[in-house]
Amino acid sequence: MLNTQNILIDFKNISKTYGNNLVLDELNLSIKENEFLTLLGPSGCGKTTTLRILGGFEKPDQGQVIFDGKDITSLPPNKRNLNTVFQKYALFTHMTIAENIAFGLKISGKSKTYIDDKIKYALKLVNLDGFEDRQADSLSGGQQQRIAIARAIVNEPKVLLLDEPLGALDLKLRQDMSYELIRLKNELGITFIYVTHDQEEALTMSDTIVVMNQGYIQQMGTPEDIYNEPQNAFVADFIGESNILPAIMIEDKLVEILGARFACVDIGFGKNKPVDVVIRPEDIDLVKPEEGTIQGRVTHLIFKGVHYEMEVMANGYEWLVHSTDMVEVGQEVGIHVDPYDIQIMNKPESEDEEAVGINE
Amino acid sequence: MNKNRKLLSGPYLVWSIAFIIIPLAMIFYYGFTDETGAFTFANIAQMGTMENLKALGLALLLSLVSTIVCLILAYPLAMILSNLNVNQTSFVVLIFILPMWMNFLLRTLAWQNLLEKNGVINGILNFLHLPELQIINTPYAIVLGMVYNFLPFMVLPLYNVLIKIDKDIINAARDLGATEKQTFLKVIFPLSLPGVISGITMVFVPALTTFVISDLLGGSKILLIGNVIEQKFKQGSNWNVGSGLSLVMMIFILLSMAVTTKYDKDGNGGAF
Ligand SMILES: Nc1ncnc2c1ncn2[C@@H]1O[C@H](COP(=O)(O)OP(=O)(O)O)[C@@H](O)[C@H]1O
Ligand SMILES: [Mg+2]
Repeated sequence: MLNTQNILIDFKNISKTYGNNLVLDELNLSIKENEFLTLLGPSGCGKTTTLRILGGFEKPDQGQVIFDGKDITSLPPNKRNLNTVFQKYALFTHMTIAENIAFGLKISGKSKTYIDDKIKYALKLVNLDGFEDRQADSLSGGQQQRIAIARAIVNEPKVLLLDEPLGALDLKLRQDMSYELIRLKNELGITFIYVTHDQEEALTMSDTIVVMNQGYIQQMGTPEDIYNEPQNAFVADFIGESNILPAIMIEDKLVEILGARFACVDIGFGKNKPVDVVIRPEDIDLVKPEEGTIQGRVTHLIFKGVHYEMEVMANGYEWLVHSTDMVEVGQEVGIHVDPYDIQIMNKPESEDEEAVGINE
Repeated sequence: MNKNRKLLSGPYLVWSIAFIIIPLAMIFYYGFTDETGAFTFANIAQMGTMENLKALGLALLLSLVSTIVCLILAYPLAMILSNLNVNQTSFVVLIFILPMWMNFLLRTLAWQNLLEKNGVINGILNFLHLPELQIINTPYAIVLGMVYNFLPFMVLPLYNVLIKIDKDIINAARDLGATEKQTFLKVIFPLSLPGVISGITMVFVPALTTFVISDLLGGSKILLIGNVIEQKFKQGSNWNVGSGLSLVMMIFILLSMAVTTKYDKDGNGGAF
């Protein structure tokens, strides 16, 4: 764990257009050795393109990719010390599982005994021992996925790229596989770069999350950072459910939301400055009307298993509230939010940022 | 429900009885009888004569050469086509298919004119003071005619398999360290085998039995087995021998199709 701070991969000012569709705009991103980094964002935001540029399947129009200190921008894919698990597995359907896994090893001229050992080891690692002679297309989606991973890791890459590897699997399998991926990552001790549009996947698996939208990096940080301190309305909206409201920062530690003043902990935004605030639904306490900062009436109630989901109409806004305590529809309630549960964000300044608004 | 389905297949049944079953039955009948209608193997045995064996051998050789030339020309073409984007593809395919809309006979006649001793090509060569091209009435002209006429039947099945290969499968091979050449040999070509096989069948079978191309471009001296059969039916009016020879050819065609479908099945699994 000594060298976890080493930068392994550096994207420098990477831009990419298809026709006149600007997909990546001067992207800068540093990836540390041995981290589990996730590119997270809505479909079409440029995640796959970023990964393909790193894999060598696309050339950026501009910028450099630095890998292990060397510029690999124009290196062909077969010369790069990384392997990819493709979105739809891309197994060789004319080969057996063993031949699939052996592909990279045969090319690099490994001995037969080495290859056989590796196949055994890799199949064990992905819990598919004994599948050597099966045909690729006779496997289920989840199994093909594991083979794709096995085929990649036998080559001992420094970095494994995974493009929505769980996207095609059903919910149960997805959860199992995400635990396995974390186990694999720890067992192999290599860097994983993972692409997904599923915020839950990203939050559970990653060391670092890079939230992208429309070719821009919106925020980069640990899952806790991203969830608790979203830097803008897009991130807040994309990561989990939340109440995002326009507000005015009256002074340090005091914000006016929908005409009511709430205590908060943020400082340094200036006086009477328009801002956005994020309040997570689970951070709202429903109290007696006279105890709340503002008052409203419950309009919807749904039982969600672990908690109740309620909507409260107050000061002209439907507040989304998650709570383990139920409040009947129609009841008068007060809304209370603890100061440290109010997240203040700057309003978008440039047009570029504006464009990434909350229209997901 | 069941009755309706049977009714629906009615026209097809009538069609296949009229145009497949009856002609086939007639060929079988004529093939195994003599002029008096008595049963005989003599017509089949006619294939064994020196002359006919020579025509068969030449037909096999020329159609084999044509098939190979078609494959060599068609494969790169189909690869280029499958890598174009959709708009370009329809344009190129159109250009390619355009000559196919012209009658087969006309196209072959056009080649006759082009290749003739005093034809268009030699006119141009003379004008440029270059040596004349003398391939008309040689096997080369026949191969040329076969390749020209049957090339699209090789390109289309190849294009159809190549376009269906997931680009990420090719990317995966490159990702795992394969050079472009290795990717072609170990991934693209094996995956395209079904197209190669059907292309070979679709060129080899019509080339083997053609008589128009050899007639027009090979002159009257070069006889392929197709010409022999044609002559039996037309000039000799000997339907019995003609049918007997056709039956033997049918065995060849069935055989070549059986071989190719067998290879096709293997190709899905054990090519490597
Ligand atoms: N080969 C391509 N040709 C044209 N446009 C492309 C191509 N690949 C991706 N795009 C476009 O680039 C944008 C980003 O795509 P992608 O990186 O695949 O997004 P994501 O993986 O985040 O869903 C999309 O608008 C997509 O339509
Ligand atoms: Mg994608």
